[in-house]
Parts: sequence; structure tokens; C-alpha cells
Amino acid sequence: MSLLELSDVQVHFPIKKGVFFDRTVGHVYAVDGVSLSVEAGQTYGLVGESGCGKTTLGRAILRLVDITNGEVVFDGTDLAKLPPEEMRRQRSRLQMVFQDPLGSLDPRQNIESTLAEGMEAHGIGADKAERRERILRILDKVGLPENSLSRYPHEFSGGQRQRIGIARALALEPDVIICDEPVSALDVSIQAQVVNLLEELQEELGLTYVVIAHDLAVVRHISDVIGVMYLGSLVEEAPSDALYAEPKHPYTRALMSAVPIPDPSVEDDRERILLQGDLPSPSSPPTGCRFHTRCPWKQDTLCDTERPVLTDLGDGHKVACHYAAEIAAGTVVRAGEAADEDDAKEGREPASVVAP
Amino acid sequence: MSTKTDKIDRLAELTAQSETSTGSSLWVEAMRRLRASKMAVIGGCIIGMFVILAVLGPWVAPYDPTAQLWRGEVRTNQGIFIGMRGENWFGLDHLARDQFSRILVGARQTLLVGIVSTLLGLAIGALIGTVSGAAATLGGKVGGRIDSVIMRFIDMMLALPSLLLAVSIAAMLGQSITTVMIAVGVVQIPIFARLLRGSMLAQGGSDYVLATRALGVRRRRIVLAHIVPNSLSPVIVQTTLSLATAIIEAAALSYLGLGNPDAAVPEWGVMLAQSQKYFDQAPMLAVYPALGIIITALGFTLLGEAMREALDPKLRS
Ligand SMILES: Nc1ncnc2c1ncn2[C@@H]1O[C@H](COP(=O)(O)OP(=O)(O)O)[C@@H](O)[C@H]1O
Ligand code: SF4
Ligand SMILES: [Mg+2]
Repeated sequence: MSLLELSDVQVHFPIKKGVFFDRTVGHVYAVDGVSLSVEAGQTYGLVGESGCGKTTLGRAILRLVDITNGEVVFDGTDLAKLPPEEMRRQRSRLQMVFQDPLGSLDPRQNIESTLAEGMEAHGIGADKAERRERILRILDKVGLPENSLSRYPHEFSGGQRQRIGIARALALEPDVIICDEPVSALDVSIQAQVVNLLEELQEELGLTYVVIAHDLAVVRHISDVIGVMYLGSLVEEAPSDALYAEPKHPYTRALMSAVPIPDPSVEDDRERILLQGDLPSPSSPPTGCRFHTRCPWKQDTLCDTERPVLTDLGDGHKVACHYAAEIAAGTVVRAGEAADEDDAKEGREPASVVAP
Repeated sequence: MSTKTDKIDRLAELTAQSETSTGSSLWVEAMRRLRASKMAVIGGCIIGMFVILAVLGPWVAPYDPTAQLWRGEVRTNQGIFIGMRGENWFGLDHLARDQFSRILVGARQTLLVGIVSTLLGLAIGALIGTVSGAAATLGGKVGGRIDSVIMRFIDMMLALPSLLLAVSIAAMLGQSITTVMIAVGVVQIPIFARLLRGSMLAQGGSDYVLATRALGVRRRRIVLAHIVPNSLSPVIVQTTLSLATAIIEAAALSYLGLGNPDAAVPEWGVMLAQSQKYFDQAPMLAVYPALGIIITALGFTLLGEAMREALDPKLRS
């Protein structure tokens, strides 16, 4: 069994209105039925554009938001059903690194207190001196100087603050760390350092990661498996290499076409897919396939009526698209690109026609 | 709702924006801005002088403020009562007591009433605000309900005109200086409660609170060691502003005759009330205590408003 198994996790935030009695007038379907599993010692990369529910899913795993429905089974226990005090005790095993390094640190708390707080809550370390010793070891591990102990968050640079965030998570010796866009708030020049640090720590400590990112470039190298999210659910999941070699969901292909490639010759003839329109509101998601309002491959049947489920197309490459196989085979082509494709490659079916 | 609640809520919101995002620490930055503000300096000077008067008053007063200095006929001169020789700076009051000494000693009484009633409002209001804020941020569904019951009650109190509320309380408790303190203090309770709760709510949604929860820190500690300390800046501003209103309201209650019935202890509001009967002959008798009240309240208001501005990152240059 996998270390972490999510099945049909849903997080719906109620939208409240009313002066005297709060009425629920609707829901934000932030996470709407996600199933995935993470193997011990591996890294699961979670990608998708901003607002698609990645952060909410990450928080749901740690039960920092209320889980509306579904199971989060960690090491055999369903966290979604644990009583609060037991959940609190489990927290030492699952930790989180936050997107905003400064915002996630209490401005009035020095670094020693920040790092000791979790240990105190879980009774790690007999006394202050022992905890300090552990903290110093962890600071060394994440590359922060000893004199950080008595300093305050605002005295550090962005990269250092994120190292503090990582150290805080490590202090509890967790099995799993959820990294929510761990480098997106940092200067490009130091992003790689922090990613490398995360990799080194994983190797040394055997950590399991869920790394969240809004573009594929960040998670590519460190992930074993990547899941692509759109509007609250997974649209594609595959081993990292397979996903890059052959993205199968139209949304993934669009995301991929947005990643810059340094080589100009490759840059010139690769597929470019510009998505039309904005991300629909998660409070009134489109019917059928959630992506049909923007999908260049959208067909007249099924797409706007039936919600596709994540289906394994072989070798663990899972896709939630009614026409994934046809698109891969080239029997269903993009509406806009039809003429070009016909010119370039002969013998193609006309555009937007479903092959029998 | 009303402008009163709007004002409280706007002050509460400052807590969320001020802490993070800037590089330097909030307090260093706020103090620097405060020192550069003319309003703060003037307000601070007035308060400083007032406090010195209040502390030293009884020792520097030239006369015993309760002693009747003259038993013969009083004359008026330039709007004040004077005795035979006319050596008293502010003249005599209607009982021939030295008005200057009474103003000096009265400062202490006024400060005492202001501080005690504000602290009373602060303590109880902060307690209610903490409970409500903690229930709303970390109490789940049940907490949310507790919070909304408390806040309904607080909003009801806020909806009443404060002087009306104070007068009703004072009328129930009977005449005394304690009555004034309680009445004025109770009026401040809902202000502090709503303010602290609002400020805690803003802090409660922040990432560091989430991070602390993720660590598995117990809720009581999250509230007391993280959320409350980070929510206090607007409360400190409000405390300064409340001292001004407390002084005015206490004077108003005394003026209405709800204060200390024993007029021997000088108090500015009582002095103002008593001067009324003699306003035609000796208007200055009213002017001195009135000026004292106005200037002191102005001092606290100036400092409080300057602190609010110093805290507001939108005004930060
Ligand atoms: N506490 C909340 N209450 C209501 N809506 C929320 C809450 N948190 C997130 N959302 C909404 O849920 C959606 C997903 O948000 P989020 O998980 O932060 O996305 P991402 O991390 O992928 O950018 C967004 O539309 C966001 O506005
Ligand atoms: S199901 Fe239809 S709309 Fe959805 S991704 Fe596939 S082709 Fe596009
Ligand atoms: Mg996010």
C-alpha cells in the first residue's frame, strides 16, 4: 500500500450571505473529487494554474481545511475521520512548507522559538538545551548560520526565510512534507538552491514529498509522478518522464506549450496552444468536462455533458478526457489548427470529426 | 452598519496589513513615523504636562483645595470671584476655595477616572473579544455560533448612544465616582471587544497561524502566544483614543450630577456643573475646567490619531 492515499477528496467552501442568520447561498468547489496515491520516499508533483485548488488540496491532506468528503489515508489511518486531538498528534508526521515564507512566520517570534514550538507541542527533546542542540543541527542541515537563533524573520532574505520554513518542518522529523509552491515567491537566482536543498534532504532523510507548482518547469526534475489539476480535479497523472515525453490531456499540452525551451530550433517548431478565455469560476464549474469551455479539441458529443473520469491508458499514464486515445492517435485534431495539419501531413481526417 | 462600527472595523483591519510585507519591524517603523508626526508630538506634550500636573498637583497647589479662604463678602472682577486681597491666580470659587489649586488637584481625579474606566473597558472588552475571536478563528462550527451570539450582543450595545448607556448605568448604580468609572468603562467594552475580535480574525487567517496549526501546536497556545499578541496594535491605538472619550464622558456624567456627591474632592466635571449657577457673575469659573477637559481630551485624540496613521501602511511613505 502507498504511504498516502487520497480517494475522492472534496473540499467545498460554503458561500455565506445574510445579516442575521448566515445562509449558504452556494459553494466554491475548490477540490472536487481527487484520488491519488503517493509512494514512500517519492515525490508527487502537483501542477495547475493559479486558482485550480492545489493549495486547498495540500491543506486538505493535512486537514488544515475541512474535508467535505472523501478519504485521506496516511499510513493506514484515514486522517479525515480522526478526532481532533489524535489529528494534532499525527501532525508531527506530515508537515508543510508554505508559499509565502515571510507570511508563514510569526513576525514576533525568533527563530529558536519558531523551531522549538513544534517540538514542544509533541514532546520532542527533554529540555530546552536538548532542543537547542537539535535546532542547531537542523539549521546546519538547511544551511543557516548558528547566530540565526535569536534573530527575527524580517532580518532574513527570502531564500533564508524559506530555509527557516523548511527547518521548522524538519524539526518534527516528518515522513511527508507538502511543499506548496516552495520557490514561487523567491528570486529566480535562488530558486534552484532551494529546490536542490529539498532534493538533498529527501535523499538524506528518506522524505516523501508532495510538491505543488503552477508551472511544470519547477516540478519536472524532482518529481517521480506528476498530477495535473484543472478546476478542482486531476486531468492527467503520469510518471514524470512519460508526462513530458507525451502529454495526453489537451490541458497538459497547453501548459506544456507555455514552458520556454532554451533551444531555438526546438522552440520554433513545437506545438503552441493558446488557451482562450479565463479559468471558469469554481463556484459554478462547467458541466461535463470541466475543460470544455477552453479546450481546442472539444467535440460536439460527450464533452459538455459527461464528466470524464481519470482512466489508465497504460503504464500508469492516466487521463481524464473522452477523446484522449483519439487525440493521441491523431484522429481527432484541433479546430483552429486543422488546415495546417492537413497541409503538413497528408491523409488526415477532416478537423473536428470523431473517428469511428 | 453605523459609522461607529465601520470605524472600529477599519482600525481592526490595519493589523493584517501592517505586520508582514515590510522589511523592517513594525514597531521600529511605527515609532519612527510617530516621532516625525507633529500631531503625535503635540499630543504627547499635552499628555505629558497633564500627567505631571496630575501627579504633582497636590504638592504644588498653593492652597488646600478644600479650604474656604474667605468668609466675608466676595466680589467679582473680570469674571471671577476674588477675595479681599485678590491674590489667587484663578480667583476663588463660589465657596471661596482657591480655583487654581482645585484645577491642579482635579487633574488627578480626571486622569484617574479616565484611566480606571478605560482599563475596565479594555480588560472586559479584550476578554470578550479574545473569546469571540478565538471561537471564530479556531473554534470550528460551534465556535462560529458562539462568536455570532457574542457579537450580536456587542453590536446591540454599540448601537446604543454611548452617553445614554452611561447615564442609564449611572442612574442605576447611584451617585458616586465609582459609578462614573463603571458607567464610562462599560461603554468602552463593546468597542474593545469588536476591535480585538476583528483584529484577531484578520490574524487568524494568516499563513503563520496556519503554519502553527500544521505544527500541531495546541489551540490555546496559538491564540494566546500568536494571535492575541499580533492583534494588539489597533487595541493600543484605541486605548489612547478611549482615554479622550472617557475623560469627556466622565465629565459629562459628573456634570449631570451622577458623580461624586461630595463636592469637596475637586473634579473638573463637578466644578463645571457647580459653576453654572454663577455663570452670569463669574463665567471664568466654567472656562478653566472646560478648557482642562478639552485640552486633555485633545491631547489623547491627537496622539491616538497619529498612532493610527503610523500603523496604516497605506499612509507609509
Ligand atoms: N477559505 C476559502 N474560502 C472560500 N474559497 C476559498 C478558500 N480557499 C480557497 N478558496 C477558493 O478555492 C479556489 C482554489 O484555491 P487554491 O486552492 O488557493 O488554488 P491554487 O493554490 O491552485 O491557486 C479558489 O477559487 C479560491 O478562491
Ligand atoms: S473531454 Fe472533450 S473538452 Fe474535455 S479535454 Fe477531452 S476533448 Fe477536451
Ligand atoms: Mg496556491
